[in-house]
Amino acid sequence: MRMLLSALAVTTFLAGAAQAATVYPLDRATILAGSPFDFKVEFDGVVKPEDVKITVNGQDYKSVLGKEAEFVAEEKGKEDKILGSALIARGLTLPVEGAYKIEVTAGSQTKTVTWDVYNTGMTQKAKNVIFILGDGLSVAHRTAARIMSKGMTEGKANGRLNMDDLDHMAFIGTSSTEAIATDSANTMSAYMTGHKTAVNALGVYGDRTPDSLDDPRVETLAEAIRRQTKKSIGIVTTSEIQDATPAAVVSHTRKRADKPEITGMLLDVKPDVVLGGGSAYFLPKETAGSKRKDDKDYIKLFQEAGYALATSKSELETAAGTNTGKILGLFHTGNMDTLLDRDFLKKGTVEKFPNQPGLVDMTNVALGELSKNPEGFFLMIEAANIDKMSHPLDWDRAVVETIEFDKAVGAAREFAAKNPDTLIVVTGDHTHGVSIIGTVDDEKPGTEMREKVGTYAAAGFPNYTDENGDGYPDKINVTRRLFLAATNGPDHYETFRPKLDGPFVPAIQNEKKEYVANEAYKDVPGAVFVQGNIPKEGDSGVHAVDDVVLQSTGPGSEGFKGYMEQSDVYRVLADSMALGTKQTN
Amino acid sequence: MNPSDVKTTRRDVLSLIGGLPLLLCARPSAAAAASLTFGELYSRFGVLGLEFSEKVKTLSGQEVSIRGFMAPPLKAEAAFFVLTEIPMSLCPFCSSDADWPDNIVVVYLGEKQTFVQPSRTIEAQGVLEFGSWTDPETGFVSLLRLRDAQYAAV
Repeated sequence: MRMLLSALAVTTFLAGAAQAATVYPLDRATILAGSPFDFKVEFDGVVKPEDVKITVNGQDYKSVLGKEAEFVAEEKGKEDKILGSALIARGLTLPVEGAYKIEVTAGSQTKTVTWDVYNTGMTQKAKNVIFILGDGLSVAHRTAARIMSKGMTEGKANGRLNMDDLDHMAFIGTSSTEAIATDSANTMSAYMTGHKTAVNALGVYGDRTPDSLDDPRVETLAEAIRRQTKKSIGIVTTSEIQDATPAAVVSHTRKRADKPEITGMLLDVKPDVVLGGGSAYFLPKETAGSKRKDDKDYIKLFQEAGYALATSKSELETAAGTNTGKILGLFHTGNMDTLLDRDFLKKGTVEKFPNQPGLVDMTNVALGELSKNPEGFFLMIEAANIDKMSHPLDWDRAVVETIEFDKAVGAAREFAAKNPDTLIVVTGDHTHGVSIIGTVDDEKPGTEMREKVGTYAAAGFPNYTDENGDGYPDKINVTRRLFLAATNGPDHYETFRPKLDGPFVPAIQNEKKEYVANEAYKDVPGAVFVQGNIPKEGDSGVHAVDDVVLQSTGPGSEGFKGYMEQSDVYRVLADSMALGTKQTN
Repeated sequence: MNPSDVKTTRRDVLSLIGGLPLLLCARPSAAAAASLTFGELYSRFGVLGLEFSEKVKTLSGQEVSIRGFMAPPLKAEAAFFVLTEIPMSLCPFCSSDADWPDNIVVVYLGEKQTFVQPSRTIEAQGVLEFGSWTDPETGFVSLLRLRDAQYAAV
């Protein structure tokens, strides 16, 4: 997804050259009444300000939008290339619901867009909202987690996942504003702002200028909660806290890689509980391990803002017992390790960071802390490594992460059982190209691993065991195991076995910037070469365009049904908390 | 310089290296170089920062050799490359230096040398330097460097 950025800049420019003006928010945008947003018009080429006419529902735009937009005579692209004129007005609000038709003309250029401004109920349906996201969570991950964790006899599951019993469901369309395909930035941004946007973008529409921090902003859910309520906010993830999914709760940038800046945006919003990895972006440049390019010490800045700091599982338990009301838990300089590495194999970076809490530990601490607020809370929990292990086609790690994710769902359901005024939403942000096609059975005759793949009736049932009843298989490398296959990927070697020495690295880059199969797996007995089917610049498996399955329970969950755009999910969340209404008095 | 020129130049250099298998030994100080491994770089890994090992501190300013894998150069003309403990799956062009692991060594070459395939172990030798430093040309921030270095496949 990183490499899409340069391609994207080109596409945006070409689109601008070939068409008339572009208006942000885009046509068919849905906007929460009273929620601040930036309005921008990008003209094709340079226009004179006196030629520009903008009306909203037939009236001069200034009277309806309440502000005069700044005219930019010439927006510049790379190497000072002139892109055209623009109009920008920041922080507009439309307090009244209804359809807003915006008509822009400048000489021969015209553009018409219509926004749907909606409001919510006056009173909240849910005091607490727990939004649990499996990054990249696809149907195969769920099915595999159920079979691996619970087992199956004669075609019926021997048990149910926590997410199997949520009563409202919807199919979610995840596409971005410029392509059917999508990444974790634009998808979570749609959930957290109600506006779809471009790949790599968070809390903004992707405009044509190169600056990643000047794009037209829309309000994030955390900002709306701060504006309208006294609820607490929590963000929990197993990735860097600045990674796209957690960042989308609070951030505004065209470029998800702006992680040092995202750390600052996190401090601006001050979520009450922040738990995850990514300490490298909190440390000043001079500290070994820092990934900042300045001398700002965000550890100190958060502590000065009243946060209790925890850097390990045991410190998290201590912090949970304090009364600061705010916890910053950072457990890794980068992304946290997977459950399979943390608790079973001790691979990955577990040796360096041996005392990382798991997603369930973090969820329980967050729930305990946030629920102290009588006004309620919003908690976002992300199982990031489902995606981070699906990219390199490490399906065993991705499935075990899904089991852990489901246990976090269980912790949320346990909380909701005692606090029925809690809405739980369980979903993915996008899918991966993966399916379970059967099993691999070491006991089948011969040495060719391919011949040991069981399909149809020959698949039988896997022989994972769970003697201690912890929900995780006692060992991952059983003799008859699930076989998950990727629909896409770079050149790589399929070993038909779990990667016991650390997460799979399917391909590495050569001097021509092409990804070639990693020869480290070439000599694994029975390994076969798998020809890649995506461009050679791609390092790993890519996201699928397939719908995500969203499941929900609790007050407000009846809003989830049928097919929904990802941006429509925001509206259900906003309505459940009545974010159209000021509740801070 | 267009890309095909670069390629030609590199091939030339490659054949040159092929003819000089004893390149490292050609250096007068080679015999004195202390060896350092990736496992010896830091004495402590922690959420609040890493600590350089005593060995790194002691060897700072001295000629050292270290074995690892060469990540594809950031730019064809870049004055440095990144030496990693394991072959990298990262795309250095598309990602920022922020996405690199902690335990990398940035190698500034004394003279241009050609790329070695990513799965091939190399030994780099140069003057060890530690502490945060921002490459003025690329903005790449590094903690450990080899200066005036050269390398060869092993």
